[in-house]
Amino acid sequence: MKQKLTKEEVLHIAKLANLHLTDEEVIKFQKQLSEVVDYFRKLDKVNTENVKPVAQLAELTNVTMPDRVDETRVLKRDEALKNANSTKDGYFKVKSLFNPE
Amino acid sequence: MELYYLTLEEAIKGLKKKSFSALELTRACLERIKSVDKKIFAFLTINEEEALKVAKKADVLIKTSLDIFNQKPLLGIPIALKDLFTSKDLRTTAGAKIISNYIPPYDATVVKKLKKAGVIILGKTNEDAWGHGSSGENSDYGATKNPYDLNRVPGGSSSGSGAAVAAGECFMATGTDTGSSVRLPAAFCNLIGLKPTYGRVSRYGIIAMASSFDSIGHITRTVYDNAKILEVTAGKDPYDATTSMVEVPKYTSLLKKEIKGLKIGIPKEYFVEGIDKRVKVATLTAIKKLELMGAKILDVSLPHTDVAMACYYVLVPSEVSSNLARFDGIRYGNKREIFGDEAKRRIMLGTYTLSAGYYDAYYLKAAKVRRLIKQDFEKVLKTVDVIVTPSSPSVPFKIGEKAKNPLQMYLSDIFLCPVNIAGVPSLNVPCGFIDNLPVGMQIIGKHFNENLLYQVGYAYEQVTNWHTKRPNL
Repeated sequence: MKQKLTKEEVLHIAKLANLHLTDEEVIKFQKQLSEVVDYFRKLDKVNTENVKPVAQLAELTNVTMPDRVDETRVLKRDEALKNANSTKDGYFKVKSLFNPE
Repeated sequence: MELYYLTLEEAIKGLKKKSFSALELTRACLERIKSVDKKIFAFLTINEEEALKVAKKADVLIKTSLDIFNQKPLLGIPIALKDLFTSKDLRTTAGAKIISNYIPPYDATVVKKLKKAGVIILGKTNEDAWGHGSSGENSDYGATKNPYDLNRVPGGSSSGSGAAVAAGECFMATGTDTGSSVRLPAAFCNLIGLKPTYGRVSRYGIIAMASSFDSIGHITRTVYDNAKILEVTAGKDPYDATTSMVEVPKYTSLLKKEIKGLKIGIPKEYFVEGIDKRVKVATLTAIKKLELMGAKILDVSLPHTDVAMACYYVLVPSEVSSNLARFDGIRYGNKREIFGDEAKRRIMLGTYTLSAGYYDAYYLKAAKVRRLIKQDFEKVLKTVDVIVTPSSPSVPFKIGEKAKNPLQMYLSDIFLCPVNIAGVPSLNVPCGFIDNLPVGMQIIGKHFNENLLYQVGYAYEQVTNWHTKRPNL
């Protein structure tokens, strides 16, 4: 049985990913994503009993740095803001989260 | 011989001997870019004014004292940076329209290191947007063309970097390799491309694609050139917690070691149906040459090869979906609708595989399969010194040939991406031409064993001429 994503699933994923898709895109991606997800079924037949997943490829532990400010890395306020579309009084301006719409 | 087609090694010698100046070298490259880039479209941003300024300063330093080359080993050498590399005050787009006007306020660690070593940055090269691709066709700005055949792809995602070095526009171009992206352009453009061990080179300041796969590499015309660059870029970086404490050897001084007695493994899973027979022949002929130089050839097996792509395409989009979440138009960039199709596909795939109800079946399962693939490589590399395979199952394909079918495009990485799953290093070395199209082989080694890859590549380079064949531009 071929794994197929439903339209609702595609819309749900798009919402989680903060992407607004057009109707045409939903249809297009539904087909393409379904094909790739179906391809993932190849993994089902691999025996992974007692296999530890790879969480971190470098396999390093306890990599820490001293709790000190490195002055050479500190960005000045105007440097930090200069690529933003919308700023006000030295802050990034964002859409209101708490006002009901 | 035109200045711009010298090797990096010859350029440094020439600067020391005062045969030419850094300014002349830089001008030669900039002229070359003006002359050919409209055909190949390798560059997104050209840094002409600043490059000339830095070149003049370099010449002052060279006049003052020849010892300066000990502190600045790449002084006066014009290079290019893949547009995924954050460069202070120089537009950085990642090949994407969402950040078409992003001017970074800082340099990536690798960029800082290269600048400290004295390079001259000519500009930023084109790429598949965000690194998503194997051909260059996913650039939001238009595809780079292969200098050896303008109707064909140069390989991706470091497409502009490969094309620029092959066309003589610069002496070295940086790249990133998450699943193929330095080695494939190197293979398709007749160049040396290194994917170092994960953790050998700092990822700080390089726009992240898949944080447990991204390896920071570079493309050059010869093995010596490539080794020289790694001496500068490799090393522990406090700003990248995944970088290794393993010492950085002087790679260029270790090149000339003989390969007699070297054990080379040929994985049977890589020489099967579906690979262009001529590519198979070219690779096996190259391996035979290594045997004639004293290497021993052994058949080996990487049994989980057939599930590597599925494993890769679960894990990488998952990490991509997380890394691209920051492009929300607040601190930089435009709204997310501007993402191209491939970016949207990968973001959605990753969101799906990580979502509640699916995480165990997909992401966790793939992370376990990853362990098995990594163990395959580690096991084999205990019995042989290096593994050699073709870099691509085909010659450089025509523009548009694979673009319509995403899954087909993904499968062009089939020999390359298992290397990123395991985190081991791999070097592409040119090994022939088919119908005037470049063919490359990859030399894979143990973790942090780049010096051996260079030795094998160097030995092969000394008895072949592929690397001297230039494109007709």
